[in-house]
Amino acid sequence: MIEIEGVTKIYGEGKSAFHALDDVSVTIRENEFFTLLGPSGCGKTTLLRTIAGFVDPTRGAIRLAGKSLLESPPHKRPVNTVFQSYALFPHMTVAQNIAFGLEMQGKPRVEVKETVARMLELVRMTPMADRQTGQISGGQQQRVALARALAPRPEVLLLDEPLSALDFKLRKDMQLELKRLQAETGITFIFVTHDQEEALTMSDRIAVMNAGRIRQIGSPREIYDQPAERFVADFIGDTNFVEIELLETEGETAGIRLPSGRETRARSGAEARPGKATLAVRPEHARLVPPEEALMAGTLAEIVYFGTDTHYHVALDSGARFVIRQQNAPHHRQTHATGDRVGVSFAPGVGQVLRD
Amino acid sequence: MADDLSPARAARERRSRLLLLTPAMIILLLAASGPLLIVLIYSFLTPGDYGGVVWKFSWDAWFSVVAERDFFTDELSFADAHLSIFWRSVKLSLMTTVAALIFGFPTAYFIATRPKRSRDFWMLLIMIPFWTNLLIRTFAIMELIRAEGTVNMLLLWTGIIDEPIQMLFTEFSIMLGMVYVYLPLMILPIYASMERLDFSLVEAAYDLYATRWRVLRRVIFPLVRPGVIAGSILVFIPCLGAYVTPRVLGGGKNLMLGNLIELQFGQGRNWPLGAALSLSLLAIVMVALIFYVRAVGRDGEKAHG
Ligand SMILES: Nc1ncnc2c1ncn2[C@@H]1O[C@H](COP(=O)(O)OP(=O)(O)OP(=O)(O)O)[C@@H](O)[C@H]1O
Ligand SMILES: [Mg+2]
Repeated sequence: MIEIEGVTKIYGEGKSAFHALDDVSVTIRENEFFTLLGPSGCGKTTLLRTIAGFVDPTRGAIRLAGKSLLESPPHKRPVNTVFQSYALFPHMTVAQNIAFGLEMQGKPRVEVKETVARMLELVRMTPMADRQTGQISGGQQQRVALARALAPRPEVLLLDEPLSALDFKLRKDMQLELKRLQAETGITFIFVTHDQEEALTMSDRIAVMNAGRIRQIGSPREIYDQPAERFVADFIGDTNFVEIELLETEGETAGIRLPSGRETRARSGAEARPGKATLAVRPEHARLVPPEEALMAGTLAEIVYFGTDTHYHVALDSGARFVIRQQNAPHHRQTHATGDRVGVSFAPGVGQVLRD
Repeated sequence: MADDLSPARAARERRSRLLLLTPAMIILLLAASGPLLIVLIYSFLTPGDYGGVVWKFSWDAWFSVVAERDFFTDELSFADAHLSIFWRSVKLSLMTTVAALIFGFPTAYFIATRPKRSRDFWMLLIMIPFWTNLLIRTFAIMELIRAEGTVNMLLLWTGIIDEPIQMLFTEFSIMLGMVYVYLPLMILPIYASMERLDFSLVEAAYDLYATRWRVLRRVIFPLVRPGVIAGSILVFIPCLGAYVTPRVLGGGKNLMLGNLIELQFGQGRNWPLGAALSLSLLAIVMVALIFYVRAVGRDGEKAHG
């Protein structure tokens, strides 16, 4: 278990002071696949480097299994990193790279050899053990970097966008492989990415970051279905935002009034207060219906065909745009045309009231 | 493209290419090969009575590089004087190289790890003395270490010593002077390869439980090795032929090869011997260079498989 508590990193001083990390607190469980997700420059790498020991936080505490890590230099922390650039030693072979950490730990020669062989097996690189690192492909380098970081059996493995340099197919393979390795080794993975799909498919939990702060922590489902705020809803997946009025709350749901005047129920945080608010509705959670049955009516502005589904852009009477995504059935016949009067509807409880 | 050219045009191209090469060729011919040839020829001639050479073939010069004939008994023995100077030159050059490495490596590391903007400033600091006249710098060292010089005065004043230390006119002072003079030549190539070093490799090693010392030995050093070798050669070779520094800081008694050669062309009036000694020096340099090419070649092989 790794506890991060109030970690703040300020670069520069006075006027030019910049909060790369701002009061970040999170507890990551053992053998969890934990993902840091956020736009470029939001502090993901800085947080990883703080855990690894390359950045000293200005404030805050980091504990591993109850013991503070901050006093230890990087080489004394049971934490290894898979660097974004791989950082393989160019003057060593694949096997020597993997052996490096073990040798530095002072493991006996026989054990080093055994472990290296096992790691090569694990990442399926045995035939290339004696290659120079410059003579293997990007995907292979990535696997060596992974094996090198896993070989010393760290308690926590930090992965900084390790898949970002790979092409689509290899990326999919490596995603599965990473999950397999995490399950087989029992090591805690802290994974950095700015690819939301990657985060959703791989993680046990995700922390969405922005501007040095964690905006929301939750399972992929929670993050996707119940974004807590506009930034999260916007960053992950496509979302329709509707200005609404919150009437009353009851536990996790709230009664709301749409701009059309119709009322329905939506999920909300317990702290939501009556008044003006924003409702987030995923495009695939809404349906196109005849205007009479609709929660909101408008004209169909655009139809975009995507193969698996079709996107309908509706210009609502309130002036806002609303996108609906509907799966294409095999014998589906196009029944709508741009310019048609249409209605938008969604079931009670699928919308999410956002905190400001 | 080249095949499409008409014969006349191709000939013109060839001519202009030759024309471009000419300046370099002239320099090489006049400044390198020509003088070298003259030196080679002179080393096989007989010394003239008042300097210069007499055009008579003789092995004597080469012979006396390593051996001497007793004036009275005609017995052969090693030319101790020459050999000890050879030995001193090689020894002092090696020691200077090692000392320059010991001081230069951390300096290069320091500069390479500074923020990009301040690196140029640091390099400038290193280079400024290098652009100053050699003689002036050497006299500056002399002023520092002579019996009544700054260093002795300071030590006396603080009470660390009671009597001035004799530093000037020793092998130490020669070495000090040469380290000072040639240090930039060590720092520059090491810095160049250090600057290209990917410091995430250093972090990776540190992350993988390597102590500072082991990061240095297992990762940094192997990767900047070409720079270290180049720097060592750049320092070692001019040290071997150093003239001004041993002359000024070594006094009359601690001769090095450069001074010995000068002596033959001056007071010694033995130009052939001077020429033979020069070529011997060149031979040592060649050995050093071969060593260099070998060492670097091995690195290249490793990097490319
Ligand atoms: N040494 C430093 N000095 C000043 N600012 C820094 C320093 N290192 C990082 N920063 C700033 O901190 C912020 C967070 O950087 P960080 O590298 O953690 O971003 P990131 O989330 O990893 O982004 P990316 O997805 O692009 O890798 C950035 O705005 C960056 O400019
Ligand atoms: Mg980053």
